[in-house]
Amino acid sequence: MVEHGFRRRPLFFRKMADILSRTFALLSVALAVSGMIWIIWVTISYGAGALSWEFLLEPTRPWGLPKNGVANAIIGTILVTFGAAVIGVPPAILGGIYLSEFGKHSQIGSFMRFCTNVMMGMPSIIIGLFVYAVMVVPTGRFSGFAGSLALAVIMFPVVMRTTEDILLMVSDTLRESALALGMSRTRTTLCIVCRSGRTGLITGILLAIARAGGETAPLLFTAMWSDAWPTRYFSQPTANLPVLINEYATNSPYDEVQAMGWGAALLITAAILGMNIVSRIFFREKKHG
Amino acid sequence: MRNRRKHPISPETIDRVFKYTAIAGAIPVLLLMVGFLIQLCWNAWPAFREFGFNFLISVKWDPVAGEYGALPAIAGTITTTAIALAIAIPLSFTTALFLVDAPGWLGTPLSHAIDLLAAIPSIIYGMWGLFVLIPFMQLYIQPRLAWIPFMGEDYNGFGFATSGLILALMIMPFICAIMRDVFRMVPSVLREAVHGIGATRWETAFDVTMRYGKRGLLGGIFVGLGRAVGETMAVLFVIGNIHELPRTLFGSGTTIASTLAANFAEAEGMFRSVLFALGLVLLLMSFGVQIVAQWWLIYAVKKSGGYNG
Repeated sequence: MVEHGFRRRPLFFRKMADILSRTFALLSVALAVSGMIWIIWVTISYGAGALSWEFLLEPTRPWGLPKNGVANAIIGTILVTFGAAVIGVPPAILGGIYLSEFGKHSQIGSFMRFCTNVMMGMPSIIIGLFVYAVMVVPTGRFSGFAGSLALAVIMFPVVMRTTEDILLMVSDTLRESALALGMSRTRTTLCIVCRSGRTGLITGILLAIARAGGETAPLLFTAMWSDAWPTRYFSQPTANLPVLINEYATNSPYDEVQAMGWGAALLITAAILGMNIVSRIFFREKKHG
Repeated sequence: MRNRRKHPISPETIDRVFKYTAIAGAIPVLLLMVGFLIQLCWNAWPAFREFGFNFLISVKWDPVAGEYGALPAIAGTITTTAIALAIAIPLSFTTALFLVDAPGWLGTPLSHAIDLLAAIPSIIYGMWGLFVLIPFMQLYIQPRLAWIPFMGEDYNGFGFATSGLILALMIMPFICAIMRDVFRMVPSVLREAVHGIGATRWETAFDVTMRYGKRGLLGGIFVGLGRAVGETMAVLFVIGNIHELPRTLFGSGTTIASTLAANFAEAEGMFRSVLFALGLVLLLMSFGVQIVAQWWLIYAVKKSGGYNG
């Protein structure tokens, strides 16, 4: 401490350093916030022009045909994302229960926790490659289901860790009281521990769904892309908004198509930010209420 | 006991079944971890058998002639990540300090705003980069900075500098959120004591707060590093996608993730295997970062009882 922080330095320089650093802090906050406002503003101003009933209700069509929309991609995204939640969330919650209720101090528990953390930081494109190798190659076709599988792999560790964190916040006194009343371990966990962590769990799941819903990279080689309505979720490429944005924004020379890409971008950003805001408000109200 | 007899199955059995169900829910983590490695190794094997170790150090990339070298993509990944961290770390550090010290009416909304920045999908960053940041860089920033050595006279808006900027903006909220939590854990008595002996705010922050939370801060940086290494969509649109070693900051190049995203759909045979091999390299890089980060956090908690991520 002595040799580092509080050497004798002229007061003037110390004050100058303080003012400079505070200015820098203000600038960096301003930069971060203005970056966010800039991105959101660009998305809204470019995307709002594309929005219309036709855009929301008609399916995508090849360039040049009338009545172009993105309705099939909207439905496809909902299918793929919620399909992923159905596949990924239940085992993740069970896994989280295992980590917090049974495996808290065991070696295998901490190894699983370690693996979950590593998986949370895994690049999403690798998950796409993996699902491509285990799902698309053997069956010989891209499908919405494969996309759901990829997103489920992304959600799984997130929900598992959130569940564990939330359940660990429930005080042990509550568990002990329940057990002392003669409840079985199963009932204690399901009716007492999970119930008191309910809002946290719901928030965690919603945030995980929102995060996976905007993922593009893992869908590129799994759900792929199509102009059809997503009627064959299990066996055919399924339209979805992120891959549509990728196609429309980068692979198309036409301004109108790019504008539709921005419209789709606006839809998905609004949906994801909306889910984030709603789940945060929900969580905060319950936590303090 | 009377209650128990009513049940055809005893509560103990139910408990055991429940426990095993919970384990069954957690097992996929282990299977997936092993599965990632096995699948990528299996699919990458032909490429490694064909090119051997040279694959990792060769710079030639010519799918038509069947020549593949991973070095440009690996070097590009490292370059963009380094630029992103160099920008994001000081920004997140000062932002986090500001947020902790700021009065509630200002700090709380700003905190939420930065959390929301983390929620924006990466493809939106990519589009913004392509349609807004690239023209901006090309018109206003790059002409003014091109005289600096290593920036590059030959610019078109795409390239490492632009990718690094977008990545920095993307990972900043993650690093900042962790740093903010670390700073909040510093006991206010400690900070007040330092103020009390006459230290300025900056001295308190740099000499006391930062030292107290040093390990947690490094944990946050690792989280950002992990995200920057594997980010695909935001980089894909702005990196330029040419297989050349990074020479100048304004030059174009490629990263592993963007090579995968750009080529995988059309790749066949050996090319596909090469892409799997690149994926394996990326997986190992990200594993490396994560394992160091996890080890660091566990070590940090044991050592100082401080922040655990």
